[in-house]
Amino acid sequence: MNDTKTIERSRRYLNPYLGGVLLGLVLLAANFVSGRGLGASGAIKSVVATTIETVDKDAVNTMPFMAEYAESHSGSPMRSWLVFQMLGVIVGGFLSGTIAGRLKLKVEHSPRITSRRRLIFALMGGVLFGLGSQIGRGCTSGSALSGMAVLSLGGFVTMMAIFGTAFALAYFFRRNWI
Amino acid sequence: MGPLAPYEIISENTNFLLAFFIGIAFGWVLESSGFSSSRKLAGIFYGYDTVVLKVFFTGAITAMLGLLFMSLFGWVDLDLVYVNPTYLTSAIVGGVVMGAGFIMGGFCPGTSFCGAAIGKIDAMLFIVGLFIGVYGFAFTYGWWEKLYFARYLGEPKVSEALGMKDGLFGLLLIVAAIGMFVVAEWAEKKFPREEY
Repeated sequence: MNDTKTIERSRRYLNPYLGGVLLGLVLLAANFVSGRGLGASGAIKSVVATTIETVDKDAVNTMPFMAEYAESHSGSPMRSWLVFQMLGVIVGGFLSGTIAGRLKLKVEHSPRITSRRRLIFALMGGVLFGLGSQIGRGCTSGSALSGMAVLSLGGFVTMMAIFGTAFALAYFFRRNWI
Repeated sequence: MGPLAPYEIISENTNFLLAFFIGIAFGWVLESSGFSSSRKLAGIFYGYDTVVLKVFFTGAITAMLGLLFMSLFGWVDLDLVYVNPTYLTSAIVGGVVMGAGFIMGGFCPGTSFCGAAIGKIDAMLFIVGLFIGVYGFAFTYGWWEKLYFARYLGEPKVSEALGMKDGLFGLLLIVAAIGMFVVAEWAEKKFPREEY
């Protein structure tokens, strides 16, 4: 009895349209405060740039990626808006999941595939998303969502390319999900 | 008058502190909307769960309208709000690579951190992948450089590119979103899944 109750509570999510309005208000607040939208992959880029710099001090001179990064970020790459914002995301996600009773160490996957297969695909998907976010100058948050809010043409193009490709490939990966 | 940081109404450190709080709200909304679950996220591509479409478009439209109205009231100076530059080739190629990553991995970067925060091991592996992908780009940057800067169009607005006013484009986007929401509600009834 208790168990069923827990499951029901943990499956209770916010109404998606209300969630969307709240997401929009958060994005609006980001723009009002910092003059820029939200992001995620930018924080990863900061961590990557910091580690490369730590390992190889001359990386800025030898690696064009680092030179490009240094150009857009003065000072330490970790003193970045998105790094602080992403730390907040981890805290906010954790709090929400804790209150809703969704805190659980597990591999989530379709019953038709093994955990192992799910993990391999998650890793491969992450590699591609990481690579693509650098090619496209931002991910779903920074490029697509935030770009759309400021009516950036590039934001709309990236959004259509992400979702269009995923829809086009959905058939080939259907066994992973349905 | 905003935006606050570019106008130097708040200091850099205050801006970073606010980034942390905005991040908490961002993570909270994503997680409580179900974005910590890859199976809910991937549902949009098979029709059984369209939460991504609803939250994403409602969010983009809310922020877009908010910025347009705040600019109209003189509360925010849109000239100081960052507009993502458009490098057409890299926007498309990057989007295609990300789309493939999305359908394989079931997360995007922001949502994977939410999933990892509540203990999803698949989300943690996805994050490991993200780092590998970004390192991969850093070390192969030379290969991409030409593509990365190709077909630079400046910072055009989609409304300008289509030759219409911002407000009209906003209205059309809302109409299009409502159309998509109707299809989404229909799809969820047509392709239901009990447990996922």
